[in-house]
Amino acid sequence: MSNRTKNILVPVIAVLLGILVGTIIMVASGYDAAAGYTALWNGAFGDVYFTGEVIRQVTPYILAGLAVAFAFRTGLFNIGVEGQLIVGWLAAVWVGVSFDLPKVIHLPLAILAAAAAGALWAFIPGYLKAKFRVHEVIVTIMMNYVALHVTNNVIRTVLSEGKERSENIADTASLRSPFFEGLTEYSRLHWGIFIAVICAILMWFILEKTTKGFELRAVGFNEHASQYAGMNVKNNIILSMVISGTFAGLAGAMEGLGTFGYTAIKSGFTGVGFDGIAVALLGGNTAIGVVLAAFLFGSLKVGALNMPLEAGIPNELVDIIIALIIFFVASSYIIRWFIQRMSKKGVK
Amino acid sequence: MEYVIEMLNIRKEFSGFVANDNITLQVKKGEIHALLGENGAGKSTLMNVLFGLYQPEQGEIKVKGKPVNITNPNIANDLGIGMVHQHFMLVDTFSVTENIILGMETTKGGVIDIRTAEEEVRKISERYGLAVDPQAKISDISVGMQQRVEILKTLYRGAEILIFDEPTAVLTPQEIKELIQILRTLIKEGKSIILITHKLKEIMEVCDRVTVIRKGKGIGTVNVSETNPNELASLMVGRDVVFTTDKSEANPAGDVLKIKGLAVKDSRGVQAVRGLDLSVRAGEIVGIAGVDGNGQTELIEAITGLRKAESGSVKIKGKEILNLTPRKITESGLAHIPQDRHKHGLVLNYPIGENMVLQTYYKSPFSKSGVMNFKNIYDKARKLIKEYDVRTPNEFTPARALSGGNQQKAIIGREVDRDPEILIAAQPTRGLDVGAIEFIHKRLIEQRDKGKAVLLISFELDEIMNVSDRIAVIYEGEIVAIVNPKETTEQELGLLMAGSKRKEAGEETNV
Repeated sequence: MSNRTKNILVPVIAVLLGILVGTIIMVASGYDAAAGYTALWNGAFGDVYFTGEVIRQVTPYILAGLAVAFAFRTGLFNIGVEGQLIVGWLAAVWVGVSFDLPKVIHLPLAILAAAAAGALWAFIPGYLKAKFRVHEVIVTIMMNYVALHVTNNVIRTVLSEGKERSENIADTASLRSPFFEGLTEYSRLHWGIFIAVICAILMWFILEKTTKGFELRAVGFNEHASQYAGMNVKNNIILSMVISGTFAGLAGAMEGLGTFGYTAIKSGFTGVGFDGIAVALLGGNTAIGVVLAAFLFGSLKVGALNMPLEAGIPNELVDIIIALIIFFVASSYIIRWFIQRMSKKGVK
Repeated sequence: MEYVIEMLNIRKEFSGFVANDNITLQVKKGEIHALLGENGAGKSTLMNVLFGLYQPEQGEIKVKGKPVNITNPNIANDLGIGMVHQHFMLVDTFSVTENIILGMETTKGGVIDIRTAEEEVRKISERYGLAVDPQAKISDISVGMQQRVEILKTLYRGAEILIFDEPTAVLTPQEIKELIQILRTLIKEGKSIILITHKLKEIMEVCDRVTVIRKGKGIGTVNVSETNPNELASLMVGRDVVFTTDKSEANPAGDVLKIKGLAVKDSRGVQAVRGLDLSVRAGEIVGIAGVDGNGQTELIEAITGLRKAESGSVKIKGKEILNLTPRKITESGLAHIPQDRHKHGLVLNYPIGENMVLQTYYKSPFSKSGVMNFKNIYDKARKLIKEYDVRTPNEFTPARALSGGNQQKAIIGREVDRDPEILIAAQPTRGLDVGAIEFIHKRLIEQRDKGKAVLLISFELDEIMNVSDRIAVIYEGEIVAIVNPKETTEQELGLLMAGSKRKEAGEETNV
């Protein structure tokens, strides 16, 4: 069996195993598994409204997944996607409420602000890693908390007068799409999905086709050989974090300019940035894999909302299934071993 | 004579690739039996079959005349087969004794009885002349000592037949002498030894018989007393091998590389290179001889831009390059075959083809306005792979999957092809077999004959003596002598390298 087939087969089997174990848990807790999965399916694809919501949810997942995957492919572990997403969200809304500009300028400006904010938030751990060898995992985790509380404070003191949320952004900065809304019976589906797909293509192009991507990946694999070959290791580490943060900031723009149209005080993390780690892992850190995995996660998340309504099953169960899928992907070694054994027997 | 180990007509395949094809190995009791072959000939595969790590497709294994089925290393242990691996399998933070008993600890009421174990280890080490402190931590003892711990591990488990996988590859000349003594003691105490190696000198010195394998096939077994290094080399490689490299007189012209008063600190901040002067002229090979750790590594790293120098001057054709970036130095006409090919020479996860353009990927025709042109890259790679006889399934194979010799040929191809003014070759033949060594030496001399400068750093005196036109001896970060290889002897070099003739030699240099 070729490596390629194996790389595709492993996540598929992981998903199936996750669903299988999820079934066992449902049955063991006294729920009707068949009804549960039917409700999950209907909640995601039973109605154009739900499908619109699925794609809406997929959009930030793709970008968060790309952020994690890009860093990972260049040898860095960006746990800070969540924080970069939050500052991106804030920056987008800030631009969205503060200016009065024509749409052709206002919307791109708001999106760029989000990208720049995410990039800046990722630049700090990148710089510390490159300059002082501080491990990026520690710094990015801490930067998440800084982002959460700083943005909350800005929302309370700058974007509003002691209120819980900002005003709604101007229409000229919105990603909202009346066309999509009409198509999907007024779901919150917005133009952002195109940005996400373009970013996926961009990531593939940068990593696989450009000399910069060649350098970034080389630095990720072997810093010493990269230095020997004349590449600037430090700059490449910083650049890699900045690009990763840009994707994460854009994910925040999707929420701020598309789904919600405002930003509000958060008592905790959105979770999208952390789910991005799972999306990247399931997608094998490739652009196309991330898009597919984001689609699966988005469907599960949105479909799960229907489970308590239609089948009386708590939607926390979907979180358990998602956790199980990640568990099986992470332990893909076991699956690979199993595939190898099976294919060996087949030959004999 | 009775055989302790018989491996008869062993065949082992890996998905279509035949690693061992009908190989027979018979080891007599009380002998040192060498298993000789080039890198990738199938020596390690054969030993892993014996040790139970691989199952053969065909063939029979007998231990002391009885057919056995070795399906895992535990069975091999029970049969008295022990393996001393090339890459030691030791826990760095454990003591010698803890490492030795690991997996078969002596316990007293559920607690490890370290006293009894230490006593046992001490007894074994005295009996076999393996002096080692049972309480020392692995991380605190030398590589040679660590190897003794590996040997003790097998003896502690009651091994009768010991397999040594390239045991001298990591040792200093002094440690090699001690190891050879240990091997003799083991034989005296009734053990049998299989020695995997491609070093002919060692075979001639300690072995009784030698089995040669080539490209997975058994070539035959000969008595060492009835053969000579030349015959063994041609058996191993399959053609005649010339040991002394043929070369004409050097025609040196002007200075290409000129180093003056270079001072470099090592990673711990200790002065490793102290005001070193050296020049390499066009059309000559200068060899740097010296014991490991006398500043060679820091010297190369400073010249190539991998390490910042404190002071001094390094010029290529009159242009100062000290403390420039590696890229600027490369572009000034320097090529570098690095000492550690895995650390510096290759991105192991990249295809071998992409490794061929590691320094030139950003230039035409390999890329245009920042976009790679993979067609041109792989065309170039195919050409180099052919020209430098790099054996790889194809240019898309990850560099990791190639054998050490072929990785090295790829690096040399890449470096020489850039047609550098000065080529720095740091231990270019480490760990390679005679065929590959011959090839690499030829390429270095070719480069010289084209009128380029070559700086060779090696710990192998033979290599330095054979290839260099001038020998610079380095001791404690200084060049203490420059000698003509035709007028010197290994003894003289050895003394210079040990620093004992430092003063007189220093005067000589000034003449």
